[in-house]
Amino acid sequence: MEAFYAILIGILFAGGIYGILRRSMVRVIVGIILLSQSINLLVFFSGGANRGKPAIMDGETAPSFSTMADPLPQALVLTAIVIGFGLIAFVIVLFQRVFSRLQTDDTQELFKTDS
Amino acid sequence: MIPILLTSLPLVLAVVVYFNGPLRAALTGKIAAACLLLLLGILAYVSSSPSLQHLLSSSIEWVPSLGVELLFSVNGFSRLMLFLIFGVGTVIFFYASDYLKSHPQQHRFLTVLLIFLTGMTGIVVSDNLIQLFIFWEVTSVTSYLLIGFKHEDAKSRWNALQALLVTGSGGVVLLLGFILLGSIAGSFDFQQIVQSKESILAHPYAVPAAICILIGALTKSGQFPFHFWLPNAMSAPTPVSAFLHSATMVKAGVFIVAKFTPIFTTQPYWDWPLVALGSITMLYASVMGLMQSDLKKILAYTTLAVLGLLMMLLGVGTELAVKSAIVFLLGHALYKSVLFLSAGSIDHAVHTREVGKLGGLFRWMPLTAITACLAALSKSGFPPFFGFLSKEYVYKAGLAEEAIAPFIIAMAVLTNMLLMALALKVGVHPYFSKKNSVPAAGKAHDPSPWMTFGPLMLASLGLAIGMFPAWISEHVTNPAVSTILMSEVSISMKLWHGLNLPLLLSVLTLAGGLSVYAMRHNRIFDKTRESTITDPFEKIYRSGHDGLIALTIWITGFIQSGSLKRYFIWMISFFVFLVMTKLILIGAPPKSSYETPLTLLDVSISIMMIAGMFGALITKSRLIMLLALSLVGFGIAWIFAVYSAPDLAITQILVETLIVVLFVLCIRKMSMIRSLTRVSTRVRDIALATLAGAIMTVLVLKSQWIQFAPSISEELMEWSYPLAKGKNVVNVILVDFRALDTFGEIIVLGIAALGVGILVTSNRSKSKEKSSNTP
Repeated sequence: MEAFYAILIGILFAGGIYGILRRSMVRVIVGIILLSQSINLLVFFSGGANRGKPAIMDGETAPSFSTMADPLPQALVLTAIVIGFGLIAFVIVLFQRVFSRLQTDDTQELFKTDS
Repeated sequence: MIPILLTSLPLVLAVVVYFNGPLRAALTGKIAAACLLLLLGILAYVSSSPSLQHLLSSSIEWVPSLGVELLFSVNGFSRLMLFLIFGVGTVIFFYASDYLKSHPQQHRFLTVLLIFLTGMTGIVVSDNLIQLFIFWEVTSVTSYLLIGFKHEDAKSRWNALQALLVTGSGGVVLLLGFILLGSIAGSFDFQQIVQSKESILAHPYAVPAAICILIGALTKSGQFPFHFWLPNAMSAPTPVSAFLHSATMVKAGVFIVAKFTPIFTTQPYWDWPLVALGSITMLYASVMGLMQSDLKKILAYTTLAVLGLLMMLLGVGTELAVKSAIVFLLGHALYKSVLFLSAGSIDHAVHTREVGKLGGLFRWMPLTAITACLAALSKSGFPPFFGFLSKEYVYKAGLAEEAIAPFIIAMAVLTNMLLMALALKVGVHPYFSKKNSVPAAGKAHDPSPWMTFGPLMLASLGLAIGMFPAWISEHVTNPAVSTILMSEVSISMKLWHGLNLPLLLSVLTLAGGLSVYAMRHNRIFDKTRESTITDPFEKIYRSGHDGLIALTIWITGFIQSGSLKRYFIWMISFFVFLVMTKLILIGAPPKSSYETPLTLLDVSISIMMIAGMFGALITKSRLIMLLALSLVGFGIAWIFAVYSAPDLAITQILVETLIVVLFVLCIRKMSMIRSLTRVSTRVRDIALATLAGAIMTVLVLKSQWIQFAPSISEELMEWSYPLAKGKNVVNVILVDFRALDTFGEIIVLGIAALGVGILVTSNRSKSKEKSSNTP
């Protein structure tokens, strides 16, 4: 099962790299989104895959790995999701602005510092 | 105490001279010279009084945690070197303070020269190899600055860079040798290294260490095939040539070889290169010297020849050979710097150094002429000068080597003949030759006393030592030889040994030298254009230099093409390369110990996500792209929900929804999706992406095996309720244990929101502008 998800993450990562290497700006955004999602999954699964054991206590039994998933990767991923969202939102608006200003969506044409 | 004083005081003087500026440089230079003389006196006094011997070595803690100490000590050999450095240094500073008088950068010149003095002193008194290396580099860098002192001249800059590159790369190799040696011996303390000589020689790294040290020493001393930089270094002002490039810095290589002689002597990989390269250098350089017409170039080639002779003698390595090397080193420092300074005085007076044009200067510059003659006679080896004595010892040492005596004697006699002819050409010809075609000769005169007195002193010292050699033998040279050989030696020096083979060889040398000198008007040796002969090795260096620059330009253009995409490809390739290397080094991942069963839902959701991903990357419709992308996003939310992370699932759904909303808002003003790249480019990108993805897959498998350190997670779980009164551990970590991180995250989001806001509103005002402009 872990191997299965490892392959999924690998495919998403490859998709992200391919997207970033495109010249069309919208594809680059897709690439960035896929890349950040695959990395989130990577960190998430580094804590192991546990079904139905959320890191929430019932207040009676002492917390342990047999009853609860590792909370630390989850906390890290939560932060990563939110930061990733901030980045993506900014990139979307920035690219839209670049397009409306320069009338091009080809990243190869964006090599001048002032235009 | 004393070695630290000797090393640091020149540095203090450098600061003083620099901040007194160019106008007072002639005065501060003389004060510095006086201080050097004082230091010389202190050194002589302390080293000769037995009760003060403890002052001659000291150590300072440098990096105590790493066990690195600064070790200073003065032994017999370094004392000889210090006498040379400070004795010749005093003369040089008096000379230089008037030589460059009213030059706007004279204070800089003297400052750098003083820093060099620190470096050179540091080399000879350091007992820690790393410390020695640092001082070694100081001399390389200051030599660069001094050769390039006339920096407005392109040739000067080229020569300076050449010297720096040759000695600098030699320095790196030397450091490598030191590190190898230090790691074998377990210490960089030279005394400890000498004591563990046996284990060092038995170690397989001993040979590379010795060869590295040899290369460092040979480059510094300009030995074949690294010799070409030294004649070029003559573009430095004359005091520099006299000091760095004949008396001191180029002898640092000889010093290093002598310092390591106790360890490596009698090893074939140490002795043979020294004998071979040394003898090649001495013959090659003296022949090249004959073809020069510039006084300083001639002297540079003779310096090379002498350095070659010293290297050869150290390679022979017997007691007599080392003794003769030391005697020769001392004698050479005395007469060679004098000849350089006289050449500088001629240049100063008549503004030319072309031997062919000079002649009859004795009439106008009697003092300089006498000084130069004394030095030249000593260099030629006329009795009773010191030069005669040192030559005699070389022959004695050579004859004692039965196996290679004919070779050494032949080389030595031949070289000495040529050197003698050159000495006369430089020290006698310009003053006494009838021919004179110097236009300004009538106005020539001896330079100021500061410039004449010092060289005269050094030259007379050569005569005095030659006549009374016993004292210098007992107090200066014998201790030096004892240090190098690590055993007491007591070879007394006498001027007259009776009629024997060395004397016969000396007479032969004198006769030969005089006849070569007599041929100086011959066409072969007396062509002014010959000074432009380029050394074949100079050409090799030049093509290497140009090739290196071309390669650098090509690499820069190849990697840093200015295309963002190209940069990204490099980054990804490098990531793949690094991670792959590491993964291969770690080995194959072990089987996961906790196999969770795979359900049908897992498979179908994953297939949906992959389909979404491909859809988003292939479609040209913006709306389909958006839908496909949200398939991936919501699929991830599902994974979070199933695998025990409800908080993550909620966040992911929220973020995914927001991204869709934002896209929908912006999509109207966004471009169509186009295919801009060629098929071949796409194939390459797919290949790279696949490789990166495969690496990522392996990385995920590995990361499950490695695991985060469980202790911190467990502690977080234990503390969650008692400390923070929270049952949801993830939440507690975010808002309590790592609250500051979350605060930072909020700030990041705020900044992103600010950026989005500014971009959106400026868009609006721009469109408003447009509409108002077009009524």
